[in-house]
This record gives sequence, structure tokens and C-alpha cells, in this order.
Amino acid sequence: MAFGVYQARRNLPNPLVAGPGEAVLNPWLIIAGDGRITIITPRAEMGQGVQTTLAALVAEELDADWQQITALHGPAAQVYYNGVLIGLGLPFRDYALKRWQARVQKATDFLPRMMGMQVTGGSTSMRDGFEKMRLAGATARETLKLAAAQRLGLPAETLHTESGRVIAPDGRSLSYGELAGEAAAIPPPDGVALRPPARWKYLGRAMPRTDMVAKCTGTAEFGIDIRLPGMKFATVRMNPARTGMKGFDATAAKAMPGVERIVDLGDGIAVVASNTWLAMQAADAVEIEWEPPAWPPDSAGLEAMITAALDDSPNSHLRDDGDAAGQLARPPAGARLVEAEYRVPWLAHATMEPMNATALLEGDRLTIWSPNQAPLIAREKAAATLDLDEENVTVNTTFLGGGFGRRGEFDFTVLAARVAAAMPGVPVKVTWSREEDMTHDFYRPAAAARMRGLVADGTALALEARVAAPSVSRQASMRLAGLAPPGPDKGHVEGIFDQPYAIPHYSVYGHLADLALPVGFWRSVANSFNGFFHECFIDELAHAAGRDPLQFRLDLIRPAHAPSAMLLERLREMAGWSGRTPEGVGRGVALTYSFGTPVAEVVELRDSPRGIRVHEAWITVDPGTALDPGIIRAQMESGLIFGLSAAIHGQITFAGGAAEQRNFPDYELLRMHTTPKIHVDILENNKGPDGNAIGGTGEPGTPPAMPAIANALFDLTGRRARRLPLAGDFDFAV
Amino acid sequence: MPTSLVVNGRRHETDLPPDMPLLWVLRDELGLPGTKYGCGVGACGACTVHVAGRAVRACQVALADVQGSVTTIEGLGTPERPAPIQEEWIRHQVAQCGYCQSGQIMQAAALLAENPTPDDDAIDTAMAGNLCRCGTYSRIRAAIHAAARRMQGG
Ligand code: FES
Ligand code: FES
Repeated sequence: MAFGVYQARRNLPNPLVAGPGEAVLNPWLIIAGDGRITIITPRAEMGQGVQTTLAALVAEELDADWQQITALHGPAAQVYYNGVLIGLGLPFRDYALKRWQARVQKATDFLPRMMGMQVTGGSTSMRDGFEKMRLAGATARETLKLAAAQRLGLPAETLHTESGRVIAPDGRSLSYGELAGEAAAIPPPDGVALRPPARWKYLGRAMPRTDMVAKCTGTAEFGIDIRLPGMKFATVRMNPARTGMKGFDATAAKAMPGVERIVDLGDGIAVVASNTWLAMQAADAVEIEWEPPAWPPDSAGLEAMITAALDDSPNSHLRDDGDAAGQLARPPAGARLVEAEYRVPWLAHATMEPMNATALLEGDRLTIWSPNQAPLIAREKAAATLDLDEENVTVNTTFLGGGFGRRGEFDFTVLAARVAAAMPGVPVKVTWSREEDMTHDFYRPAAAARMRGLVADGTALALEARVAAPSVSRQASMRLAGLAPPGPDKGHVEGIFDQPYAIPHYSVYGHLADLALPVGFWRSVANSFNGFFHECFIDELAHAAGRDPLQFRLDLIRPAHAPSAMLLERLREMAGWSGRTPEGVGRGVALTYSFGTPVAEVVELRDSPRGIRVHEAWITVDPGTALDPGIIRAQMESGLIFGLSAAIHGQITFAGGAAEQRNFPDYELLRMHTTPKIHVDILENNKGPDGNAIGGTGEPGTPPAMPAIANALFDLTGRRARRLPLAGDFDFAV
Repeated sequence: MPTSLVVNGRRHETDLPPDMPLLWVLRDELGLPGTKYGCGVGACGACTVHVAGRAVRACQVALADVQGSVTTIEGLGTPERPAPIQEEWIRHQVAQCGYCQSGQIMQAAALLAENPTPDDDAIDTAMAGNLCRCGTYSRIRAAIHAAARRMQGG
């Protein structure tokens, strides 16, 4: 199978061109005469460490010296498609994945390949690259051995490789640099076997990140840092409602020194100036009258549409075990009914680096520099917008100062292209102000849930969940392809229909609110609200059943998914969970299975004279195979903090058709002194039906953080937190 | 307005508006992009540099108000010769997206210059204004402690 996939892939054109003294061995590997190895890691490095681990996968099989490696995003090309993107969207529950389902998932590889989906998202980079990248390294290694065999006049089987050299039994050796040119001319051998984990040297260890030195010396080049000869600096102001512009008056702006152009974009304006500050000052001075939004202009109206959707007919019913409706209509004697409604608000991505991109239009050729998660989509959209041939559009991907899903959109790239189109021959960098960034996001949607359940004999008998929110996947595919796939929207109910609980009567409905307010993929997507709904309600059921919430979960999870049960047991041990907390201390637990990886978290809160403090947190995670434990730990901490920031402070509200939060003082995050001490442990039991599963780790740390802290608040205060952000109802230390 | 400015030991003659924030002078006019724009309102710390040895938010300092020489992340150390604090950042593998890290490092370097043995509370106070959206705080804390030990010769 693996070999077959590689064969198919090999037919796609290799976009790499060898520079002087270099040899291209395959689309992922360039070896220079001096032995320097460049590995193309074609996923967006936005902090998650993807370049390091993708490079380690190649280096592992290649027997490359880590010191000689450079990882690059490389060009945008079809060969770098993400083969698992469609398969993982199928409505299977990962924890209960059957062999045939895994095969069906794999068989969809041709779809993203055909569509050229070079996309970083859905915590899929390792799931897609695990085999692909190792094969690229292994095949190149065997090719280098064949080249050495020719030179030395020895059979290739007698040779071995180590630290960038091919070594003969008599001790003679040749460096990869010396051999690369000849190796590139040899057809790569087929069916190269991959090494078993027991032989790994790099994988399974915390590797020094390939981007670390640059990022600690201010020399990593983010999109916002692009500098080209003759480049102009620009900024934009667009309609927050994305509906267009009635008119504008730029008289004052035009008169400002250093301002070179005011570009009428039709649906907004751009100011081109001699530096970014001047551009931003002038853009602020433009008076603009916007078209009104195509959605209710304020939060109350928007939320009412979401609440109303709860009563509409559902879009999906992807979990329907037993007969929850029947049980709830006629509860058996002794069963206790529990009901609750939950709400969460819109959220912004607030990547630390505001949106930006740089573009240069020369004749019919467009070159773009963009910190983006989907370069081929950006290319296609930029080409279509400027009416150019896609072949004439080049997209260079820089480092991303955070992505979290925001940079999978193409709006900021296309905007730069549009501004550049007004300045032919002149490179223009378009940097958004933080205010523009926060008010022109594709927000994590607000969502509401109506939950009902029955407990009897200390366990959950029934659980019925209804979740309403605007559909992220539908909006995104409308933007991408102009059509929304019909049928049940799995993305909308992830984190609630697919949880590893053996509840006999278990029913989950997804309701879609038809709202045009822009929403998008936000780290962990629907898991970010569904995890909160599900795990808060499980906690309510546990208390109604008179049980310890961790043990209550364990009893329901064990029959459904043993690795998740082990995760909870390890968490209990690590956190010293006893089910009892002293006065002034509250603990909460939650588990969410998302992106192929279950993550369990305990959050501990403490009262302090300055308010409630998040004191400590414990995380256990099981990605099946931990390729880089150092990076996985970092992602777990990062995911937890991202979730806690949202749970305590995060909210975007709307008034007059625009987000009211415009900059960091209005959109608070956890800081050094409000971040808890965090403990992480990684388990590797979740091996899937074929025994070799690998889960994502960029997102799964986020969902359980929000219910864990809400459940801790209940333990601390006796009050249930059923809506976010918590700071609205509870007194947190800031 | 003609102004003379010393950045990382080099003198620059500029002719820019006196109210232009130092951040944009550094980034766009002097070609030193290591100092980052995050908010422009003094709320994130991404633009932190040293002026006369003190950590300041470069987005909040007008060019005309720069009193003393400026040090940016580029002046602290280089990839070939990182400063000890940068070495600790690298050793602790602190950065994720890395965008906030110039500001974090400059803030921490100023703290250590002032207080060579900061405890956790001192770190909390000094670093409270530096946001990290990736949540690298625990490694930042560890790197600061390690850099402090190193400065003590430990
Ligand atoms: S950019 Fe200066 S503090 Fe945020
Ligand atoms: S490392 Fe990404 S914002 Fe700090």
C-alpha cells in the first residue's frame, strides 16, 4: 500500500530546480556538494514545530547528520498535497475506527491530490507525512548507496550509511555531498522498507528545532518582515461586514506627507506610503461609509438566530446509540433527569503577527510572499482575482507568526495582490493594523447547546445533545469552491458525536444556524465548543449520580476505548486526584478525543485575595506514536493556555455590524503570571485498528481546557459555569 | 526632522517625523525587522527594545523622545554569536511561532541586568506585559532562571 501511494505520487511533477552544485533527489530533498541537506517540509511552520518533525522523518531514514539540515517551506506545488485531508473528514469515530474505515480513509488520497490541497490544518501534518517523508528519506538513502556502489565497485547490499556518509565494509566512505550528483541520475529503487521504531535515532526524541536559533535572534523572516528593493508599505481598511463600501473621502489622507497612493478597492481602501506607520495614520484619516452587514448587526440578534436554530430541524444525527429519545420521554423508575443549556461566544484568532502579505505584479506575472497555510489556494484565488494564469503566479510561504486556522484563509493574500495590481512593477507589503486584524477575522462561531441526560445507579443511562452554530465547513467551502457540500456536517459536531463513552442511549444532533457573519477554522474548530458542552454536562451527570467525576468518566470510557481509560488513570495518578479538595481549592477534569488524539486535563483553581487563580494543570495525551516528545509537550501547554485564555477572557461581541474588540486590551490572554504550572505526560497506547496510528497534537490540547476549568469552578464555588467567558460571572485574578 | 540615532552601536542620521514611533523607524527605515509589531498601543510587548539599557515599548516611544542608545534583538546577539540569554532560550527550546520572542528576550535581558537573581514573583512582574499567543511562558520562565544561574557563574 505504502509503496503504491509513493508510485502514484512520483508521477506528479517535482517543482524543485537544482542550484549550482546541488542535486535534487526527490521533491523533498536537495543535497549540496558540500554535504548540506535541504529538506522541503511543505507544511506551514506557525509554531507547532512541523518543520522540525517533518525534517526528522526524512533525516531518520536518510541517516543524515542533523547539524547539516536546513528545513524550508519550499514552493507551492501539487506534489505537496495533504493526502489525509478528505479521509479524516469522513463521519467515522476515530476511537472506534474499523479496519475497513481506515482503508476507505486511505483510498481518498487521490482527492486532495487531484485538487492540489497543500493545506496545513486539522492537525494532519504528521498523519499525512509519517510515511511519505520517511519514504522520501529511505529511497534517497538507497539511491545514494547505489551511486556509491558504482564508484567503489561493490554491491550496494554491502554498504551502510551513517551521518551523511556511505560506508564500505573496508572502511572507505563517501559523503552524500560527493555522491548526490550521481545519485540524482539513478532511478530511485522501488519498495524500500521503512525502519521499525526500535531502530529510530531521531524520531521519538526531542530534537533541537530547525527554526529555534533564528527565532531567538530576531532573524526568522515572517511575512511582515519581507523587504524587497523599491518596496512600498501599505495598509488596508475594509468593511468589517465584508459587504462593500458606499463611498469614501481621502482628502485629509492624501495631503499627509509620505502618502503615495490611496487605492480604491471598491469594497475598501488601501494606502500606499513610504513606511507602514504613515500608511496606517493615513488610512485612519480616510472617512469611509460602509454598506450595512447582511447579518444582524449586534450580538443579541446574532445569538437569537443561534438559539432559534436549536428548535429547527437538525442537519445531522451522527450519533444515535440505543433510544435516547424514548428513554428521556419515559424515564425508567429511579432514573434522574438532568437538563442544562450552554453558550459560548465568538472568538478571534489574534495571531501575534497581524495579517499581512507582499505582492509584486510584473506584466502578467505575480509574485507573492505570504505567511499562509494553503499556498495553492492562495495562488488560485490571487490568479482568479487578477485574471492571470495560475502558472504565472508564484507564492512564497514565509514563517507564520501564529496561524491557528486564520492563515488557511486567502483574503489577506488576495488583498495584497489587489493592492499590487494598482502599483505595477512595484513590490507592495500590505500590513494590517491590529484593529483591522481583529475586526476582520473569520471568527470561531458562537454556539449553543441543549443537553438532556438520565442517570441511574451511579452511571449515565442516556445523553441527548443538540448543538447549534453557524457551519464553519459550509462557509469555508463556499469561499473556496462556491458550493457547500450537502448532507450531515461532521465538522460541526466533532468533539461531541465522537467521544469515547459507552452511554447506552446516546444521541447527538447538529443544528446549523444560517448566518453570513464570517466564521472560520479556529484551533480545534468545533471541538472547541463541543468539548466544553460535552464535558461540562458529563460533570453535571456525575454529580447528579453522586459520583466522583473522574471515576464516573472512567467507568463509561473503559468499555468504549481502553487507551482513553489509561489516559485518565495516569492523569489521576499524576494529579494526585482524590475527588476531594480543601476549602479554597477547586479541581476539574475533562477529556476530549479530537484529531485522532485523546487528551485529558485536570485544572486546579485557588482562591486568592486578588481573585481566583489558575494554579496548576495536568495533561495526559496519547497520539499513538510520539514523534517528538519535546514538541508535543510544548503543543499541549500551548493548547491548554489557548483554551484557558478563551475560557476565562475570550469573547468577540458585535455592535453596528462590527466586532467591538479591536486590540489586546479588549481581548485579554493568559500572561506569565496568570498561567498555571503545567505537567504533561505522553502515553502511546492509541495505536488504531492497524497498530500504527498517529494522532495530531497541534489542536487536541485546547478543547478539554475549557470544561476542565468550568468544572473546577463548580468544585470551588458550587456554581455551575454554563457560559463563556468565565470572567463575566466569576472573579478571576488578572 | 533630522535626528541622529544610535542603534546597536551604529549611528544613523534620519529625517523623519518626530512623532514617528521608534518601532517603525527600526523596522521600515533602518531595516531591523527583529523588533515586532503586535498591537501598536503598548499592550503586547512584541516591540520591546532597550533605550539606554531600559526595556521600553518601541511602539510607544516617539523618535523625538529617544534619549540614549537603542539596542534591538539584532544587537543582543547573532545566530553565530548568540548572547548567553539567547543561548538559554535555544537550550530550552522556548520559541513556537517565535513572533513574540524578540520582545520577550529583550524584556528578560533588561530584568536580568537589573536583578541578576529574579525569583518567580520578579519574573511575573517583569514579564506581565509580554503576551505570547503560543503560550511559551513556562519555558520562558525556565530560560530566565537558567540565564540568571549562568550569570552567577553557576
Ligand atoms: S507593538 Fe508595542 S506593545 Fe504591542
Ligand atoms: S511564540 Fe508565538 S506568540 Fe510567542
